[in-house]
Amino acid sequence: MLDNEELKAQAREIIARYPDGKSRSALLPMLHLVQAEDGYVSPQGIAFCAEMLGISKAEVNGVATFYTMYKRKPTGDFLVSVCTNTMCDVMGGQIVYDVLSEYLEVGHDETTADGKITLEHAECLAACDNAPVMTVNYEFYDKVEPDTALGVVRELQDGRLPQPTRGARLCTLKQISKQLAGWSEDRKDALADTGVGEATLVGLRLAEKHGIAAPVGDIDATSPIRVEKK
Amino acid sequence: MTSPRPEVLAKLTPVLTKRWLSPDAWRIDTYEQLDGYVALRKALKSDPDDLIAFMKDSGHRGRGGAGFPVGMKWAFIPQNDGKPHYLVVNADEGEPGTCKDLPLMMNDPHALIEGMIIATYAIRAKRAFIYIRGEAIHAARRLRSAVEEAYAKGYLGKNILGSGHDLDIVVHSGAGAYICGEETALLDSLEGYRGQPRLRPPFPATHGVYGAPTVINNVGSIASVPHIVLNGADWWKSLGSENSAGTMIYSLSGRVQNPGQYECGMGITLRELIELAGGMLPGHNLKFWTPGGSSTPMLTAEHLDVPLDFDGVAKAGSMLGTTATMIFSDRDCPVYATYRWLQFYTHESCGKCTPCREGNYWMVRTYRRILSGKGTPADLDTLLDTCDNLLGRSFCGLGDGATSSVTSSLQYFKQDYLDYIEGHRRPLLNEADLVGAH
Repeated sequence: MLDNEELKAQAREIIARYPDGKSRSALLPMLHLVQAEDGYVSPQGIAFCAEMLGISKAEVNGVATFYTMYKRKPTGDFLVSVCTNTMCDVMGGQIVYDVLSEYLEVGHDETTADGKITLEHAECLAACDNAPVMTVNYEFYDKVEPDTALGVVRELQDGRLPQPTRGARLCTLKQISKQLAGWSEDRKDALADTGVGEATLVGLRLAEKHGIAAPVGDIDATSPIRVEKK
Repeated sequence: MTSPRPEVLAKLTPVLTKRWLSPDAWRIDTYEQLDGYVALRKALKSDPDDLIAFMKDSGHRGRGGAGFPVGMKWAFIPQNDGKPHYLVVNADEGEPGTCKDLPLMMNDPHALIEGMIIATYAIRAKRAFIYIRGEAIHAARRLRSAVEEAYAKGYLGKNILGSGHDLDIVVHSGAGAYICGEETALLDSLEGYRGQPRLRPPFPATHGVYGAPTVINNVGSIASVPHIVLNGADWWKSLGSENSAGTMIYSLSGRVQNPGQYECGMGITLRELIELAGGMLPGHNLKFWTPGGSSTPMLTAEHLDVPLDFDGVAKAGSMLGTTATMIFSDRDCPVYATYRWLQFYTHESCGKCTPCREGNYWMVRTYRRILSGKGTPADLDTLLDTCDNLLGRSFCGLGDGATSSVTSSLQYFKQDYLDYIEGHRRPLLNEADLVGAH
């Protein structure tokens, strides 16, 4: 599957983003590209990257095993990640993880028998103001409770795509991996999907409500900046 | 819930966040209507050396945690050296508690791009990379679209706005490794290797990406630049406190009524921030908090009036870090919190140096024993001794940062440890967790 001309052309497109002679910079995006094709970093994917970049398979493997997002086994269409770092844990994230693990009958980095859902506990997902959070294919479900988390997972099992509270509408992990490899969003309206999250705006809403704005400087938009040499 | 007092409300100072309430500010047309790319035009008329001197004058310091002066970093780039120069934006946000850069790129990506064009013009770089955390696909999506829009309008590419300045930007997604937020590990990762830190010197200013002179700046550091260029260096200084110019996005999480992002002038206190956030949750009393992420030593209710700026927090024995204030109450256990953070550092240790790789591994086991009710008083000495072997002896800041919560929690909350050890408190973990631990 990985030996087709189209994929090679895509790999060359990645390489072309980096300066001449620095093709190895393409390795991380190319590993995402391999996942977009195979759903994980397959042995064929390793060989493909090595061949395209002219480095050894061992070097590619060394990089692929370093990063959490490169999966070593086939993954489901949906990667469910529950943050269990300190803040999310304290706010209930561990319970969410435990409930999902019991319901799906899988542990960390394991995939359900039907091959649909992979569960993992994640380290801090940089959304602590919305704790506890979980993501599906890296789109956010904020302030998630065990029941809402179960609801999301059940919808996925039923073939539906529950709208994230932050981020774009869901697609498959393979489709997301293509974006990770550097391709732009090609689904109409996905860019405009709800993005912000109330916690993000809470300080601004407070300022707006009370008519508070930052002071403005002595704006001179046209003349160049000059600084006297000291 | 009582409303914050007027004098506390007046501390809100939305600059970096001011466009976030405009739902389409991530589109270039809206951005342009909201003063977007005005600072760029002004900067492109200026002499690059003047721009660097101007940034020095503004007192602007890095927003990624270390607070290094931005203008000085730019000035370190050797000029007329015949080598290509690079700007790399560190968008690998992942320090536990930190959540300010991703919303910025999500809601106002052009501010970052505009800042990058100005910065590259100043340091004479024609290529720039945004190394964005892999998991942050929601922000990367908006950023990639913004870069495309900027090319289409002539803000990127060749001869930008007729200035003769060329710039290409690549948005490069990481793949899940906290260590890549460390700037030299980020460079290795960007070059297609395992993200492990490099020995310094030489520093990135002379030997950065591809061995060429490189400025590495945090998202907030660069996104501030257009605002400073437009409003002036004195204005930026006037918004903050001494040695801490400007505003910061304070990220409140945990046991407060309204967790979220509050942008204020530097020097605000936690007492005031909690007031802005509507107070503590009912039934919760502040017990411990971090001023700037899990790598900064925790503080207590005694430190409610510490000015949250670079000097103020340092004087209180911690670090401003990323102004990620994680707020915990008397219902939360500092021993358990530290244990979870150590699990994180263990998972994220790159394995390059022994103190960090082994030290974190063994400290997690010591915590398990304590939290299972099987600890001994000697375990506390072992923890401090281990920290002595990490702090200053690790290859990079990850190992140093891992010790922060251990030593600070032992400093302020030793009794909480002893309560587990002496059997005054019900174990949080069960003995099955001890398999393999000594």
